[in-house]
Amino acid sequence: MSFLFNFQIKHFFSALGWLGLLLLFVPLSFSITASIDALWLSLGLMSLGVIGYSWTEYRNQLPGIKNNGVFTKSVSARGLWGWGVGLLLTAFYIAIYFYPEILGYRSDGNNVGVVALFDPLSRGLNGNPATQWFLYGTLYTLAILLFGVKFLLKYRHSRYQTFRTLTAMFFQLGFAFLLPELLTLLHPDIPYFAKDFKNMWPLNYYFFEEWHLEGMLNGGKLGAFTLGTGLVLIFVISPLLTYRYGKRWYCSWVCGCGALAETAGDPFRQLSSKKMSVWKLERWMVHGVLVFVTLTTLAVLWTLLGSPKNPTGISQWAFSVGAILFFSVVLGAIWFWKRQELDADARYALVGIGLILLGIFCFQAFSNNNNLLGISSYTVRKWYGFGVGAVFSGVLGVGFYPLLGSRVWCRFGCPMAAILGLQQRLLSRFRITTNGGQCISCGNCSTYCEMGIDVRSYAQKGQNIVRSSCVGCGICSEVCPRGVLKLENGAVEKRTERPDYPLGNLMDRLND
Amino acid sequence: MVDQAALVIVGNGIAGTTLARQVRKSSGRPITIVSEEHPYFFSRTALMYVYMGHMPFEQLEPYERSFWEGNAITCLQDRVIGFDAEQKQLFLSQGEPLAYSDLVWAVGSQPNRMGWPGERARRVQGLYHKQDLDQLEAWSPEIDQAVIVGGGLIGIELAEMLHSRGKKVTFLVREDSFWNTVLPSEDSAMLNQHILNHGIDLRLGTELERIETDADGNAIGVITTAGEAISCQYVGLTVGVRPNIDFLKETALKTDRGLLVNRYLETNLPQVYALGDCAQQQEPLPGRGAVEAVWYTGRMMGETLAQTLCGQPTAYQPGPWFNSAKFFDIEYQTYGQVSAQPNPSHEMQWHWQHPSENRLLRFAYDPTTQHLLGVNSFGMRLRHEVLHHWLQEGIAIEAAVAQFAMAQFDPEFTRNDLPEIQRVFQPQNSH
Repeated sequence: MSFLFNFQIKHFFSALGWLGLLLLFVPLSFSITASIDALWLSLGLMSLGVIGYSWTEYRNQLPGIKNNGVFTKSVSARGLWGWGVGLLLTAFYIAIYFYPEILGYRSDGNNVGVVALFDPLSRGLNGNPATQWFLYGTLYTLAILLFGVKFLLKYRHSRYQTFRTLTAMFFQLGFAFLLPELLTLLHPDIPYFAKDFKNMWPLNYYFFEEWHLEGMLNGGKLGAFTLGTGLVLIFVISPLLTYRYGKRWYCSWVCGCGALAETAGDPFRQLSSKKMSVWKLERWMVHGVLVFVTLTTLAVLWTLLGSPKNPTGISQWAFSVGAILFFSVVLGAIWFWKRQELDADARYALVGIGLILLGIFCFQAFSNNNNLLGISSYTVRKWYGFGVGAVFSGVLGVGFYPLLGSRVWCRFGCPMAAILGLQQRLLSRFRITTNGGQCISCGNCSTYCEMGIDVRSYAQKGQNIVRSSCVGCGICSEVCPRGVLKLENGAVEKRTERPDYPLGNLMDRLND
Repeated sequence: MVDQAALVIVGNGIAGTTLARQVRKSSGRPITIVSEEHPYFFSRTALMYVYMGHMPFEQLEPYERSFWEGNAITCLQDRVIGFDAEQKQLFLSQGEPLAYSDLVWAVGSQPNRMGWPGERARRVQGLYHKQDLDQLEAWSPEIDQAVIVGGGLIGIELAEMLHSRGKKVTFLVREDSFWNTVLPSEDSAMLNQHILNHGIDLRLGTELERIETDADGNAIGVITTAGEAISCQYVGLTVGVRPNIDFLKETALKTDRGLLVNRYLETNLPQVYALGDCAQQQEPLPGRGAVEAVWYTGRMMGETLAQTLCGQPTAYQPGPWFNSAKFFDIEYQTYGQVSAQPNPSHEMQWHWQHPSENRLLRFAYDPTTQHLLGVNSFGMRLRHEVLHHWLQEGIAIEAAVAQFAMAQFDPEFTRNDLPEIQRVFQPQNSH
């Protein structure tokens, strides 16, 4: 009886949430200019819906793993609800990226429809009318906060999950959403991207592009600070933190894409493919994107240096020589210290870096100022912005959550994940330690790995997991029923070494 | 080394599969695995997660289908109906007879039945094979109330499974505390409470008298030995397992409870071996059972026999005992010897329990030498490597407790009970 009661309350809240979402899009069909009250009503209903649902769902259950029915529920098992949610999300992304006028965005500021609903909030925060990006940012942040609360309730037994999720929610709300908006209010004359402190190349692939550099350079002290933190993040902080803790410090604690995947995307983590063939595809794709974004960035910088607007005084020749030296040192260092460990991942890296070197020679040898092998570097950049920035990270990356899992972008497309991953694979203290012989090969770890790592294949051999793609979410360790997996930081040298005691009989280890 | 002599393994559980994989690493000889249950190796211990909707069945298979072909391991789904030890042939119900050079029985267990009236009725079953799970799934819509008989590891798993699907579960346990034939009283008591907290109707000290059936042969209730009637639409019989060797009883193989083997896992017939749950040691190893029916021992036997078959005769000689389980939300690990009712002249125990949460740590030690004998942990994860070395090489109980941080394996940021445990630790008082 109480079970039935709980069941109904849960679905009541679910309906409230959907109603809130529906209200948000009502102005779309009726072309009415809605008031701020309508916005608060809508956001309030969504919040009440998600939090009420989570509370009724998890409150009466004892702390522990909550995966009952994951593969039988329509929404999380690619059923009708899953496809429905996927289609809605995809449509929303297509509208945001390519047809913002459908949502009511007007470039003259006289917004109508859904975007107009956000005008009062936008004016309150940054002094300007809303754009489709403001609408997107608000909903994105709200999704992370609301589903973050759901995740916190679901994993309330785990302090690692609690700390990680609170941190990700904090960075999204504070650094990614509120801070840039409030700084715009305080300094309306300075471009937006001079205020985004957590932008880091290559996730923000436009960091070194002319308009962005100019934005920062013309942004006074604030812009200089942003440029400074951006460079320090890329070249100092990120390598140090990744060495110390693995790429998880960013991918599952700070990054906004990661935060959405871990909260709103959590019900879909089990949908990532664990096939060997998909792993191979992943390595080519993600490293390919990295090589491409590096080349594009170098080309754009090179072109900028050749223009009269060159703000630095560095010549194209000096830049090319510097870049070639930099990549040669990286290549040489890997070869010198990591030769022994050169497996598939590292070979991809070397091939990639080699291609970059070749590319730099090509700019220098065969290009003139705005023309790169006959193609404008700005054209290449546009393709990247369309192909990777919009289609991959948005439409495929989030729109397809309910079909392909929550980390499609991070796994196949994110160049930042690729760089951090290379370092994690080659020079980091992070690993997932497996616990001797306690593995029963059940496969919960692999099933719930959002990055599609076949964790079990390591665990059942008693081999530690050192994989470039691992974002350190820690869910494999949570769902393990036998206490086999532990995320740890320790000496780099011995992290893939297997202990000298056997998994099985007292004899020399056979396992492999 | 190419050896063309065929290795035929009957049973594709962890024991048979480990053997096949390890032999393949050092030999190109033909390997065939026969299983009636399912063509490919899967994790039997994870069947519960399929019923609970945590995993689809396909993900219970630890190797992709292409793995078997890639490693030239032939997987046959067929029933073995007999063998000829003279002609060295294995007879199948569908396929042609298989010629073998080495034959290995790794046929696992089957659920015990105690001869209760009604135990063969419809909606009465044990839970061991994939077919049992399929059967349970098929009966599931008919089940509102279930009775589970037998308080062991499979019993509590079945209770969790049915409970997860909203069935009302009554759990009959013969003993006066859950699994107290293995667990000391406080450990067992903590689990009793946890089972009750999950809303399971736990009946301790309760035995089954008979199963009631309707005119169509469906189970409709049980009667306990105390005469109480409990209405239900399903009865799970989980009173242990025994070697699955009934079909081999009339052959030339020497059997007792299981197939009798020596330390080299050899049966009485030349080049015929037995592994895993179905093997019974003629002389059990000191402190261990003659039949060891757990995942880990199956894997060890597979590794051991692989050595022998690859030219390095190797005796079954497992290291310090270890095992693990999860009781609803409480993880359990055990290393070495921790007796349910220790003989105080040979084994002393000391335990710590969290006042409100489900965490408990128990040390067993030798009162004379003060050496650590074993550890039970509930709600805490321990590092196998450290415990293995401590138990293998010997460590004073005081030293083990003092250095216990080394043995912790809990996730980062987990609240650490160790300072408190070390503060209150008093080895001379066995609770």
